Amino acid sequence: MNLDDLTRTSGEWLRGTGSESDIVMCSRIRLARNLATYPFTNRASRGDKAEIEREVRTAIARVDPQLHYLDVHVLNPLDRQFLVERQLISRELMTAEGPRGVAIGPEENVSIMVNEEDHLRLQVMHSGLSLHEVWERINQLDDALEESLDFAFHSQLGYLTACPTNVGTGIRVGVMLHLPALVQSREIEKVFRALHKINLAVRGLYGEGTQAFGDFYQISNQQTLGKSEAETIRTINDIIPQVIEYERRARKELLENRRQNLHDQVSRAYGVLKTAHQISSEETMHLLSSVRMGINLGLIDDLEIPTVNELFIHTQPAHLQKIQGRHLEVDDRNVARAQYLRSRLANGRHQAN
Amino acid sequence: MREKCQRCSKPATYHITDIERGKVSEYHFCDEHVRQHLAQPAGEASSAEAEPGGALKAPFKAKEPTRAERQSCPYCQITFLEFRNSGRLGCPHDYDVFRDELLPLIENIHDETRHVGKVPRRAPQSSLRHSELIELRKRLKQAIEVEDYETAAQLRDQIKSLETPTER
Ligand SMILES: [Zn+2]
Ligand SMILES: [Zn+2]
Repeated sequence: MNLDDLTRTSGEWLRGTGSESDIVMCSRIRLARNLATYPFTNRASRGDKAEIEREVRTAIARVDPQLHYLDVHVLNPLDRQFLVERQLISRELMTAEGPRGVAIGPEENVSIMVNEEDHLRLQVMHSGLSLHEVWERINQLDDALEESLDFAFHSQLGYLTACPTNVGTGIRVGVMLHLPALVQSREIEKVFRALHKINLAVRGLYGEGTQAFGDFYQISNQQTLGKSEAETIRTINDIIPQVIEYERRARKELLENRRQNLHDQVSRAYGVLKTAHQISSEETMHLLSSVRMGINLGLIDDLEIPTVNELFIHTQPAHLQKIQGRHLEVDDRNVARAQYLRSRLANGRHQAN
Repeated sequence: MREKCQRCSKPATYHITDIERGKVSEYHFCDEHVRQHLAQPAGEASSAEAEPGGALKAPFKAKEPTRAERQSCPYCQITFLEFRNSGRLGCPHDYDVFRDELLPLIENIHDETRHVGKVPRRAPQSSLRHSELIELRKRLKQAIEVEDYETAAQLRDQIKSLETPTER
């Protein structure tokens, strides 16, 4: 796999298809697994890690030859950051040391990190609200890997993990939502509070400072012990439609009571993105969020959601530098980002007509 | 539970147990500060950026390590104190080695102490074998200590037979 080729594509999960995809960006599930006969990664020697990697790589190749393994240990820092921006590896794997890597499936739906906090971190992502498909896929993958790997499992405590917060199922079920109207109406805090009461976590996608990444929030479970995978998925699946409903109501209210303001805000955001000559990552996320909502509310009609989704990722620092093919400092990045946005948005349908 | 926000003096309305970066971290925030906390990247808790004087370290404040905290795992040598400080265990055996210390912590995090859900097809047997091995090794050590070599020899045979991988 050539990482440079990836700059011209994007993961399936950004495609903006599937159920409720105006608000739900993607669904994802991860499973934490460890080999029974080695120390956990943080306590494993270099030699241990090399052996773990070899065993897991062999198993992965046997399970699915389409899974492409990248040796993260030998990748340069820019490529590692690039993988983080694409949600294929964690920051932890990026900054870790020693033998480690990630196996990536076609369309970037599947990633298996090796020697992260746990020996294996399986992740399956899918656009839209699609937890059942995601679970089916990851469960099969886990079964297939288990045929040749001996996972640490305890009759009372379930799958054993480096951190007791993941012990049991080792599952994290998350749905990424775009909630700009709830952020604007400041009602989002009420939603957070309700979610925390039932022990669910809310996090930004990634991004800097206090502004969550383009108003994207991931809602996920925290409990992994004493609750089956199916039950955990059900809890999330039951709560997501309610959050979607709140967001829709907030959008409707904005349209009914502040249509003029909203239309102005959305159009200005689009205008700046199409014309700016230097723009920060933060401002880009903020404006793209308005534009994304604008498209969904019918206030912009010459731009597609998948394009906007992709721009959220492709305007990140490592992506920009790979697209440009050279190292860029912050100021140069801001210029390159504006240039890239202008070129991408000029190619929209409005040009073709 | 802490009553005040850990970043200001307002009452805390959010109580979050964070589950990332290996740290068992509890956060307590007011309405305003929870937004800052939640705006952080997905999959990354703020343990590293915790405010000075925050509640993070408080439960583990420097005091003489107890005997239980100094005991170490015979397989990976981690001590319970080291686990407390790093939030990560050293190897799968630690769940048995530190069982008494870990179970209350696990119950505190998950409100449960028993796994429900997926079981690997081969696992019940092998996990049984693993915990049995731990037990046998402990008894072997004790037997050698009291110079009961007959028992020790028997135990050694049992261990050897368990260590040979079973048919798959
Ligand atoms: Zn506060
Ligand atoms: Zn150990």
